[in-house]
This record gives sequence, structure tokens and C-alpha cells, in this order.
Amino acid sequence: MSREILTQVTYLVASVLFILGLRSLTKPDQARRGMNLAALGMLLAIVGTLVKTEIVSYGWIAVGLAVGTVIGYPLGMWVPMTAMPQRIAFSHMFGALAATLVGVAEYHTDLTEGHPISGAKMAALAFEVLFGALTVTGSFVAFGKLAEFLPGRPVTYKGQNGVNLALAAVAVGLFVYLIIRPEFSAGFYLMVGLATLIGLFLVLPIGGADMPVVMSLMNSYAGLAAAATGFALGNEVLIIAGALDGASGFILSVVMSKAMNRSFSNVLFGAFGSVQPTTARTAEGMTVSEISPEDAALQLGYAKSVIVVPGYGMAVAQAQHQIRELAELIEKNGGEVRYAIHPVAGRMPGHMNVLLAEANVPYDRLYDMEEINDRFGEADIALIIGANDVVNPAARTDPGSPIYGMPILNADMARRVIVLKRGMSPGFAGIENELFYRPNTSMLFGDAKASLTRVIAEVKAA
Amino acid sequence: MDIVDVYVFVLAGFVGYQVISRVPALLHTPLMAATNAISGISLVGSLVAAGSGRNTVATVLGVIAVACAMANVVGGFLITDRMLRMFRRTGTTNK
Repeated sequence: MSREILTQVTYLVASVLFILGLRSLTKPDQARRGMNLAALGMLLAIVGTLVKTEIVSYGWIAVGLAVGTVIGYPLGMWVPMTAMPQRIAFSHMFGALAATLVGVAEYHTDLTEGHPISGAKMAALAFEVLFGALTVTGSFVAFGKLAEFLPGRPVTYKGQNGVNLALAAVAVGLFVYLIIRPEFSAGFYLMVGLATLIGLFLVLPIGGADMPVVMSLMNSYAGLAAAATGFALGNEVLIIAGALDGASGFILSVVMSKAMNRSFSNVLFGAFGSVQPTTARTAEGMTVSEISPEDAALQLGYAKSVIVVPGYGMAVAQAQHQIRELAELIEKNGGEVRYAIHPVAGRMPGHMNVLLAEANVPYDRLYDMEEINDRFGEADIALIIGANDVVNPAARTDPGSPIYGMPILNADMARRVIVLKRGMSPGFAGIENELFYRPNTSMLFGDAKASLTRVIAEVKAA
Repeated sequence: MDIVDVYVFVLAGFVGYQVISRVPALLHTPLMAATNAISGISLVGSLVAAGSGRNTVATVLGVIAVACAMANVVGGFLITDRMLRMFRRTGTTNK
């Protein structure tokens, strides 16, 4: 009995430390300490579990823990910051797989030992494996798209939504039937199989630029699966941690969807980047003005106020270090440089902030969309690097555009706009960006990193 | 399953919502990495499945689950710390 109390105490302390850890993330300068507390909580919970009387042998546990540590260390220390989205997607897969396997093991044990499974426990187990299995394959596809071994464009076919709905209907039917007849094991395993298919089909049609929403949703699902594990096992720390993860993923999903002016269902069933007849204005008859690195250097070198708008293209070109170097030169000449971060810039929530922080950009120079949007009017130059749709004024002005209504950064309000871009290809939605054709916009074509390197050399020479 | 667990879930979800909605967009990637690490708490379930020696299936699935969850714990906390270490204010240096 006293051991049981010890276990419960560690779980309670762990729950509190997890909440404190997440709360510390509201303040960047306290976050590290807070997360160390959360890690301590995790350690306590593990020790509290290992002393349980149900555990009779430690050999295989040690093997599992050792293998996990060997896999986890490189995932923590070696993965570069640019690969963060695929690395997180990969972890969602691991988390969901763990929850699913525990659910299957629990179900199998109850059946073989002849324990009656109550309807409530069966509901929790079924929910756990359903969401768990779906998240395993869904995250795997997201991982594949982000790591670019699966096509990043939406994979669509006719009748897709019909097939998905049919699969979901069968899975839900099995779910309900299992609650009534928990011993129907074939149905249980069929449901797990269907869930893996649903996860696959759910994420395959989603394009690369919609990944922030998918990542957030998978985060939420993995959390809910963990919470369901807690219900099935009667374990409160699992319920609490799962609820925290679920809430976090849910909040991020809402933030991301809002930033794209789209609903969840539109992201999941819309396949945005696919063929979509629009009446959006085209660029016919408009011309762009090009600028040389020398002229760009002249303008940037003496600008009093510059706002940098980074996008996924910056991450692809690995240009963040050059941006920071250029910013330091501008600041040395007496100018001010700020960074405007759109919520869905990049492939996961907060991606740009991490990349810029890694390049040594102080975080007080990074501004959210709401904070900085009114400041573009005072800026001498908006420097757009690898961003496109998030600065497209059509979102404000053209009701025929597919992105109409999406909140954008008001880069077009700056006195001058310089756009670093590889070529004139449109963004992921295939939408022309009229910002590029405006008289106060200059295009600096080429690889962003190479262009910036030349601009930096010119500013230094001036 | 106990009805008290439903209370725990709802209240924890509420606390989570209140706390996490105040996390700035600046730290959304570390937040996701942190929740990933915390999701490794499913260890408390998988350790029991792996170590209670009730049947081979449970042991095998449990050991795989322990490895997966432990990878998230170790990798998740390490990478969260690595990211948070990089965030610095103007005029301070990191490292």
C-alpha cells in the first residue's frame, strides 16, 4: 500500500510540474528552467512507475528504455533546426504508436485472462487505438511530405472524400458495436487497421503549405490518444498530460486555421492546392521591375527602418544567417531592422522564429502579425525573403481570389518593397501576387542566400 | 473507469487551455516539442505492460511502446532545451 501511495505522489508532483513547465513557455527567459522542472517531473513519474508491485521483471524494460534513449538522443541533439517540422512529425508518430500499442496490449491481456471489459473501458480503449493508429500513419505521411520522400503536393483522386467517409463510418460502427460486445476481437483489430488507412488518406491530399495545421491536429490527436490511455488504465497523470497536449494542439490548430482564414474541414477535405477554378485577376499586361544587388545594397544600406518578412523560401535557401548579417550592417549605419512573422510562415507553428533565433537574431526584434502590421506604413523598406501568399494584397482587395479574407502582412504599405525570389513562379496556391507588379516593388531574382551575400558585400564596400 | 477521471480530464483540459493560450507565437515550435516530450508520459502505461509478465504479446508490444515513448522523452526535452537556449534578447549573448 505504501508503495502505491509513493507512486501516486510522484504522479501528482509530475502533473504539477508539467503544468508549470508549459506555463513557463509564456516567458522566453524563464522557459528553460520551467522545462527542466517538467523533465524532473517525467523522471519522478518513471521512477514512481518502476516501483509498482505489478512490475515483476526489469530486463525487457531496461532494453526498451535503452533503445528509446539511443533513438532519442540524436533526435534531440543532432537534428538541425531547419528539419524541425519533419522531426516533430516523426515524434508525433512515436507518441501515437506508444499509446496504440499500450491499448492493444491491454485489450489482449483482458481478453486472454478473461477479465470482463466494461463498456466505459472499452470506449476508452477503442478511442485510444482509433486516434492513436490514425495519428501514426497521418504523422508518417506528414513526415514523408516534409522530408520530401513523399510528394509535397496534394495527392488527390476522384471520390476521395466519399472513400474517407465510408472508412470512417465503418470504423465508428465498429466502435459502437465493440462497446456493446467487447469480446469481438476481430472487430477491434479491423478498427485499428481502418484507422491506419484513414490517417493515410486524410493527410495524403494535404499540400505542403497546409502542414502547420496538420502538425497541430496530429499534436492534438496524440494527446487525446494518451488521455484515453489514462481512462482505460485508470491513470490520472496520463489523463492530465494527455489533456494538456490535446489542448495545446487544439489551440495551435485554431491559430493556424485562423491565420489562413479557413476552417478545419476545409483544410482536411479541401485539398487547397488542387485544381480550383478561380476568377482571380491575372498578371497579364503587368510588368515587374528588377533591381540589381548593387542598387538593393544602396537602398538598404541607408534605410532608417527596414521590416524583414521571412517565408518558407528563406528556410529552403538557408538564408537566415545572411539576413542577420545584413541587419547588423543596417543597424551599424543607424537604421532599425524588425522582423514580421506571419503565423503560417514555414511548415509548422513558430518555425521562422526558431530559425531566426538560431541565426542569433534577438527575439525582441521578432514581431507577430498583429504587433507589426500598423508599422509597415512607417517603414522605408519591406524586405521580403521567400514569402509570397502571406503578403499578397489580393487577400484584402480581390474577392475572386482563393486567399481572399486571409490575414496578411501589410508589406505593400511600406515606402519601398524589395522581394527576393527565385523566379516569377506563383505561391503554393498558384495565385498571382500583384504586389510584385506594383511600381514601388523591385524584384531581386536568384537564390536568396547568394543574393544576400552579394548585397552584404556591396553594403560593406559602400 | 471512474467518473472522477472525467472531472480530471475536463479540469486539466481547462487549465491547459488557459495556460497555453498565453504562450506567444514566438515559442510555438518549442511548445510543440515540449508537449511531444510530455506525451512520453505514456511510459507509465507501457512500463507496466512491458514488465508485468502477463503474456508475450503484452510484453513485446509494451517494450516497443517503452522504446517509442522514451525516445520522445529524451529527444523531446533535449530539443526543447536546445531551442530555448537560442532565444536571446538584444544585447545579450547566447552560449
